[in-house]
Amino acid sequence: MIRAVIVMNDQGKPRLVKFYEHQPVEKQQELIRSIYGVLCSRAENVSNFVQVDSTFGPDTRLVYKTFATLYFIVIFDDSENELAILDLMQVFVETLDKCFSNVCELDIVFNFNKVHTILDEIILGGQAGEEPKFNPWSSKIHIRLAGTIDK
Amino acid sequence: MSGSGSITTAGGGGGGGGPSLMDSLFQRTLDDLIKGIRIHTPGSAQSTFISKSLDEIRREIKSTDLQTKSIAIQKLTYLHSLHGFDMSWAAFHAVELTSSPSFIHKKSGYLAASLSFRPTTEVLLLLTNQLRKDLSSANQHEVSLALECLSVICNQDFARDLTPDIFTLLGSSKSFIRKKSIACLLMFFGQYPDAVRVCFKRLVENLEAADNGQTLSATVGVFCELASKEPRSYLPLAPEFYRILVDSRNNWVLIKVLKIFGKLAKLEPRLAKKVVEPICDHMKRSEAKSLVFECVRTIVSSFYEYEFAVKLAVAKIREFLLHSDLNLKYLGLQGLLLVAPNHLWAVIENKDVVIKSLSDVDRNIKLEALRLVMSMVCDDNVVEICRVLVGYALKSDPEFCNEILTSMLSTCSKNTYEIVVDFDWYVSLLGEMARIPNCRNGEEIEYQLIDIGMRVKDVRPELVRVGRDLLIDPALLGNPFIHRILSAAAWVSGEYVRFSKNPFEIMEALLQPRTNLLPPSIRAVYIHSAFKVLSFCLHSFLLPNRTANSLSKFVDMEPDFTYSDSEREFSETSGLRPHQEFNPRDESETNADNATNSSSSLKKDAFTRESVVNLLTLVLTSSSPLAGSHDVEIQERGRNLLGLAHLAQQEISCHDDKSKEKMVDRDDLKTSIIIRLIDDALSEDFGPVSSSAQERVSIPDGLLLEENLSKLDVICADVQLPKTKSFSLIRPGFLPTDGDSVSSRQNEESETSAAESTSLLSEHRKRHGLFYLPSDDNKKKASRGFPPANDPNKKGKDVEDLVKLTDESLVLKKKSNAARPRPVVVKLDEGERVPVAVKKTQSNDDLISGAVRDVLLGNESNQSGKQPSSGRRKGKAPSKVDLGSESKNNNMEESFEVGNSSKRRSKHRTHGKDKKHPSPPVNDENGETNKQKSGSRHGRHKARQRAEDGGLNVDVQKPVIPDFLL
Repeated sequence: MIRAVIVMNDQGKPRLVKFYEHQPVEKQQELIRSIYGVLCSRAENVSNFVQVDSTFGPDTRLVYKTFATLYFIVIFDDSENELAILDLMQVFVETLDKCFSNVCELDIVFNFNKVHTILDEIILGGQAGEEPKFNPWSSKIHIRLAGTIDK
Repeated sequence: MSGSGSITTAGGGGGGGGPSLMDSLFQRTLDDLIKGIRIHTPGSAQSTFISKSLDEIRREIKSTDLQTKSIAIQKLTYLHSLHGFDMSWAAFHAVELTSSPSFIHKKSGYLAASLSFRPTTEVLLLLTNQLRKDLSSANQHEVSLALECLSVICNQDFARDLTPDIFTLLGSSKSFIRKKSIACLLMFFGQYPDAVRVCFKRLVENLEAADNGQTLSATVGVFCELASKEPRSYLPLAPEFYRILVDSRNNWVLIKVLKIFGKLAKLEPRLAKKVVEPICDHMKRSEAKSLVFECVRTIVSSFYEYEFAVKLAVAKIREFLLHSDLNLKYLGLQGLLLVAPNHLWAVIENKDVVIKSLSDVDRNIKLEALRLVMSMVCDDNVVEICRVLVGYALKSDPEFCNEILTSMLSTCSKNTYEIVVDFDWYVSLLGEMARIPNCRNGEEIEYQLIDIGMRVKDVRPELVRVGRDLLIDPALLGNPFIHRILSAAAWVSGEYVRFSKNPFEIMEALLQPRTNLLPPSIRAVYIHSAFKVLSFCLHSFLLPNRTANSLSKFVDMEPDFTYSDSEREFSETSGLRPHQEFNPRDESETNADNATNSSSSLKKDAFTRESVVNLLTLVLTSSSPLAGSHDVEIQERGRNLLGLAHLAQQEISCHDDKSKEKMVDRDDLKTSIIIRLIDDALSEDFGPVSSSAQERVSIPDGLLLEENLSKLDVICADVQLPKTKSFSLIRPGFLPTDGDSVSSRQNEESETSAAESTSLLSEHRKRHGLFYLPSDDNKKKASRGFPPANDPNKKGKDVEDLVKLTDESLVLKKKSNAARPRPVVVKLDEGERVPVAVKKTQSNDDLISGAVRDVLLGNESNQSGKQPSSGRRKGKAPSKVDLGSESKNNNMEESFEVGNSSKRRSKHRTHGKDKKHPSPPVNDENGETNKQKSGSRHGRHKARQRAEDGGLNVDVQKPVIPDFLL
C-alpha cells in the first residue's frame, strides 16, 4: 500500500503531508526533514527511486518527481509497482494542473483543503483507485464542489 | 446569527471568555493566516505571528458560530499538518463540526480528524454515531467524507461498531461508494478480523462482477494487500484471479493480480503451469512499462523454473537496461538482481551494462550494479573482481568507495571465508584496503585481520608481513579512520612475532613517536605488542635452542623456505652498523639482493648481543615517557615493558666484560627464568570462540544472574572513558604524505608498497634519529609481494578485464591455484550463530486468514463444535501425495495455524453472543458457491482440519483449488 504522500518545495518546506499509517506529527516532521536531506543531495537527471528501508521499514520505497520548485514524493511498500506509482503521480499533478489551470507552488500553498480533497479522490486509505490513465472518479465535479466551499 | 450570544464579552478579546462578535466578523481566514506566515520572515517574527494566531484560534474555536469554528479548525489543521503544531486539544471541536448540517463544516471537521486523530485520542468514540449517520446518508459526498476519514483513523472499536454499515455500503448501487468502501475494508479487516466473516463474501462478489472496472481495481487491491500478509487462505480464489489475468485489460488491476499470483504460486506449484503462459502473453503484448516490469518481476522471482519464460523476461530486462530512461535502467538492474540467484547466466550475459553502470552518475544505479557484480563472485574469480573493485573504489566518491569496500568485505568473509582459497592474497588485499584514502571500514578490517590470524595458521607469516607494512608507515598514523586497522596490525605483529623477518623493525614501528596520535586504547595494544616482541627477542637471544625449535615448526609449515646467504647479510646488518648515514644507493643494492633472495627468514644468530642491547636502549628511551601517562592502560603496560627492559639491560650489560661466546650460563640468568615464564604464557595460541560458548557454561550454584543491576549505572557513571583528543594533533603538514604514498606507489611496478613505506620511515628516521635503532637495514623486501590491486597500469582496462574474467568464469575451468591447496580454516563444530528462536505471536494476520478460510470453505457447521470422524481422511490420500513435498515444508506453520483457527473460532463464538451481528447469510451462500466449484472436497478437507486440531502436525490442511484450473 501507499504509506505517505508528501509535497515539499526545494527549500524543504512541506506543502502537503498525508500519511496513511498513523505517525505522530513530530515524527512526520522528522521524516520530512530526512527525506529532504536525501533528495536535495541527489543530482538532476538521475533515477526517481530512493531506498528508504532504514527510515520506513523493510521493502519500502520512495518515488519522487520534481515539478518546477516542488518535489512530489510517494512512499509505498512492495505491493505497489514503481512505474505505476510514477504514473499515479503524473495523474495527481495533471489533475492539480486542470483544477488550478497551470498549477504553481502558490496554488498548492493557498489551497490546502482543495489539494487534500483532490488527493483523497485519487488515493483512499493507501489504495490508489483507478488505473492512472483513466481519470479517477470524474474528480472534476468534486473539485468544483470543493472550490465553492472554500470561497 | 448564533454568534451574537457572545456580545456580552464584547471587546474581551484578551480575556479567557468566548469570542466576541468582532472576532467573528473580522476573523482571519486560512488565506490570511498563510499570507501572514509568508510575510513574516522565518525566525522569531514568524513564530510570534504563529503563536498569536494560535491564541486567536483557541478563542475562535470555542465560538458557538459554526462558521467561525470551522475556519478556526481549518487554520489549526493547516498549522498542525504543515508546521507540526499540536492540535490534540481541539479534537472535540473537530467532532462537533462533523455533525454540522453544512457540508463545508462537516468537511473541515473530518479533515481535521483524519489528519490529527491518533489511536489514543480520547474523544474518538464520540465520532462513532456521526460516522454511522454519515455512512448511511443519502448524499454520496457525505458518505465519501466519512469513508475517507474512517480509512485513516479506523480502530478496533470503529471497525466492530461500523461493520454492518460498511457491509451495506458494499452492496451500494453507486460504484463510487462501493469502490471507496472496498478500499476502507482493508482497515476494517486489519483492526477487527471478525469483519471478514461479515463482509468477505461481498468482497468476493465484487471480484466476480467484472463489469465494473472501478470496483474491481479496488477489490484486487485489497486482495493484494491481504495476500501479501498470508497468501495461503486465498488459494481457493485462484480461478477468479486467473480469469481476471486473462480477461482484464486494465494495467492497474493486472499488476495487482500478478502480485497475488507471485505469492500464490509459491504455495501451489501446479498453479504456475497454468498462469505462466498468460503472463508471458502480457509481457510480449503490453505497451505499459509498468505492467511489463511487473510480469518480469513475477516470472523471475516466482516462476524461475520455466526456462522459456525466464528467457523472455531476461530479454525484457535487457531492453530496460539499454533504455535511456534511468528509471528503467535502475529497474532493469533490480530485475537482474532477482534473476541472479537462479540464473546467473542472465547477469553474465548483461555484464557489459552492469560494469559500465558501476561508474554511472546515479548512486542508485551504482549500488545495484555493485550488488550484481558481487553476485557474480565465486572462488575462481574473486581475486580478479576484487582487484577491479579496488580500482573503482579508488576512483569513486568516499561514500560509494566504502559501499564497495563493505560489500567486498562481507562477500569474502561470508560463511567463514568460504570463497577465499588463497588467504595470503586476501590478507594482502585487506592491507591494500587500509591504504585506500577514503577507507572507513576500519572496524571490519580489524576484525577480519585478527579473525583470520586465529583461524588460519598457514597465513600467519603473510599476515605479519602485511601488519608490518602497515605499522611501519608513519603516514597511516595520521588517519583516524584506520587506527582500528593499525590496532589489529600491532596485535598480529606481537602475537605472531615469531614469523617476523625482523622483529627489531617491528619494535621500531611500534614505538615510533607518531604513535602518540593513536587513541589510548589502541596505543595500549601497541605497547603490549612491543612487550611481546621484546620478550621474543630476549628469548631468542638468551635461550636460542628453544627458539630454534619454534622456528623449525615454522619451517615445517612453509616447505619452500630456504636459508640463503641473504640471512647472513641480514644478521650482519641488523643493528650492527651504528650511526651510518642513510644511503639511497645502498638501499637499491639491498633491494636488488632482496629480489633474488626474496624468501629470507629470521635466523637465530640475528640476535647478536649488540643488536639486543640496541633494542633495549630503544625500548628504554622511547617508553620511559609512557610510565607517566595519564591513561591507566598505557601507564601500566608501559611500566611492564620498561621493567622487563631494565631487568634485561642490567644483566646483559654486566656480561659486557665477558667474551660474547662464553655466556654459557645464560640459562641461569634471572632474566632467562622470567623470559621463559613469560614466553610460556604468551606462546599459548588464541583460538576463535564460538558465540554460543558462554551459553554452554552451566550456571554455578548460588549465582543470581537476574539480580537487579540498577545500581551499576551509578557506579559506571564515574568510570567514563576519557575522551581522546589525539585526533586533533595531526599536523596538517603531515597529511599530504598519505597522498604521496599513494601516488608514489605508481612509480615503479617492481617496487611494492612495503618498500615505499620503508623509505618513508627512513626519511622519518633522519629527522628523529634518536628514536631509532642505528641500522638502516629495514628494507628487507616482502618475500611474496602481491601486485597491488590498484596497479596504475591496469586501471584503464578494468572494464575489459572484468568482462573477460566473467567470460572465463562461465567455463568450468580448473582452479588455477590448485597447486596451493586451500589452507585449513578453523571452524567450530556447531554453527557459530545460534539460530534465534523466532517466537511467533498470534497476530491479526493469522486471525484474518483464519476467518477468510472459514468463509471460503463454508464451515459454518464448525460453530456448533462438531467433531467429524477422522475416518474420512482416507479419501484424501491421493491429493496428499500430490502435495507431499510442499506440505512438508509447511508442517510447522500449518499446525500452528490450525491451532490458531480453533482458538479464534472459540473467540468468535463468544463474541457472537455479545454483539448481534447481522446474521451472515454469507456463509450459507458461500458454501454453495464453493461446492459448485470444488465439489465435496472442502467438506472432507474440513474434516481433516478438525481431526488435526489435537496438535499433531503430521497432516496438513491444504486449501483446494478446483480441478478445472489445474
